[in-house]
Amino acid sequence: MPEPCPEAGIPPSTELIEQMGRFNEQLAASGHLVQAAGLTPSATGARLVWSAGQPEPAVVDGPFAETKELVAGVWVLEGSSVEEIVELMRRAPNPQLRAGTIEIRPVAASL
Amino acid sequence: MSTHGAVEAVWRIESARVIAGLARMVRDVGLAEELAQDALVAALEQWPETGVPRNPGAWLMTTAKRRAVDLFRRNETLGRKLGELGRAQEQLGEGVLPDFDAILDDEHIEDDLLRLVFTACHPVLPMQGRVALTLRMLGGLSTDEIARAFLVKDSAVAQRIVRAKKALADAQVPFEVPVGEERMARLPAVLEVIYLIFNEGYSATRGDDWMRPALCADALRLGRVLAGLMPTEPEVHGLVALLEIQASRSAARTGPNGEPVLLLEQDRSRWDRLLIKRGLDALTRSEELAEGAYGPYSAQAAIAACHARALAPEDTDWTRIALLYEGLAQLTPSPVIELNRAVAVSMASGPAAGLALVDRLVDESALKNYHLLPSVRGDLLEKLGRHDEARAEFERAAEMTGNARERALLRDRAASCAQEAAGVQS
Repeated sequence: MPEPCPEAGIPPSTELIEQMGRFNEQLAASGHLVQAAGLTPSATGARLVWSAGQPEPAVVDGPFAETKELVAGVWVLEGSSVEEIVELMRRAPNPQLRAGTIEIRPVAASL
Repeated sequence: MSTHGAVEAVWRIESARVIAGLARMVRDVGLAEELAQDALVAALEQWPETGVPRNPGAWLMTTAKRRAVDLFRRNETLGRKLGELGRAQEQLGEGVLPDFDAILDDEHIEDDLLRLVFTACHPVLPMQGRVALTLRMLGGLSTDEIARAFLVKDSAVAQRIVRAKKALADAQVPFEVPVGEERMARLPAVLEVIYLIFNEGYSATRGDDWMRPALCADALRLGRVLAGLMPTEPEVHGLVALLEIQASRSAARTGPNGEPVLLLEQDRSRWDRLLIKRGLDALTRSEELAEGAYGPYSAQAAIAACHARALAPEDTDWTRIALLYEGLAQLTPSPVIELNRAVAVSMASGPAAGLALVDRLVDESALKNYHLLPSVRGDLLEKLGRHDEARAEFERAAEMTGNARERALLRDRAASCAQEAAGVQS
């Protein structure tokens, strides 16, 4: 999804927050939204990294500057087809026309 | 992705709003649905050429609106009908047209959707008609999809829809949301439709077409939409809670060979925690709104919640479940509920207490062919060490059940009771 430069610690614009709120309300009103969550910058997070041959994972604190893509939010949605979800998510707000990706992945053994 | 798939997806998302908006203008849900269908046909013709428009909902609405205007200009009887319905219709033909531009404002859409819900689920319609109309007009399903989901012929569903539209027209059902006492009287008819759709999907087995289990998701979506439209009705949230919690068990309900797995034997790690959380939240809302007074759906949801909260079967609060069944039996008296209450009582207070309740049901004609009655009774007798009587009950239950796997299981239990009985005598 559109990424307001989290590594610089720049929060999303009020415009985006407002529009995203409205967008999520619409998803809820149409009965598609199960859950939505925005994520804080990777600086606040941590990773568990398993290396080959090592039984224990290493714990690495954020930020993760070396990553090309950072996940900024997740939605859990319910619909009858991938096309339906594509059609819903096409309408996700992106007021500053930033580059970004929304990836859609069906849940295994979904309802 | 094909444009065709995109058109279908748009239809699923937008059709209810389009039909609801049109129905407010033309005051006739049957006509509104036909106009919306015309717009869908136009989309299927044009979008592969032009691509999907930026605002597909508005495109469908505008197209349907144009068709409606043409129709009103051409069709005098329609104009007259509107006049009869008390609309300002001073002259026909080039006369006053409904204000179609008002359709596109979003302000009325929630009211319109709610009107559509109450119209599609109107008690003048037989249950099958209500279900078909609801799935078609509110769920955005095609006739073919509904037919596949309910294992009937396409033509049968088409006929149900035609008849239902005619019945609404004949009864002159107004396109409005009932208020006050009438709303309370009409709400159960709406909830029943959604619950029936869910159960149809829930009872589907693995061999069935995927359209059948998909009904669970359709019903859940309809329930969530309804909860948004009627946020202060406790029973709507109760129904949603019940559906969310039942849906949370989907993955655990069948074994590797498609055999049904009973609630207390399910692998609870396979229950969907997100749906359980949503269900418990919806139940809390319902309880707050009703100030602790349960209705039929919230009571069932509260029972389902007792199971959902128990991480292991032995953590189940059977005392509370028994009380909830007692309350449910007062709301909707039924021997099946009594039998469930007896099971809960036996879990809470021991097999003798449960058996006393079951024994009252033995002559109940409604349970005459219900294999769970002798099955439960056999189980309680076995726990009380009355093996010979238990054996007879298990054998009776085995005769009654239509499920081969279950029959084998009951015969096994009868055999082990016979062994026990022999052991006791020797």
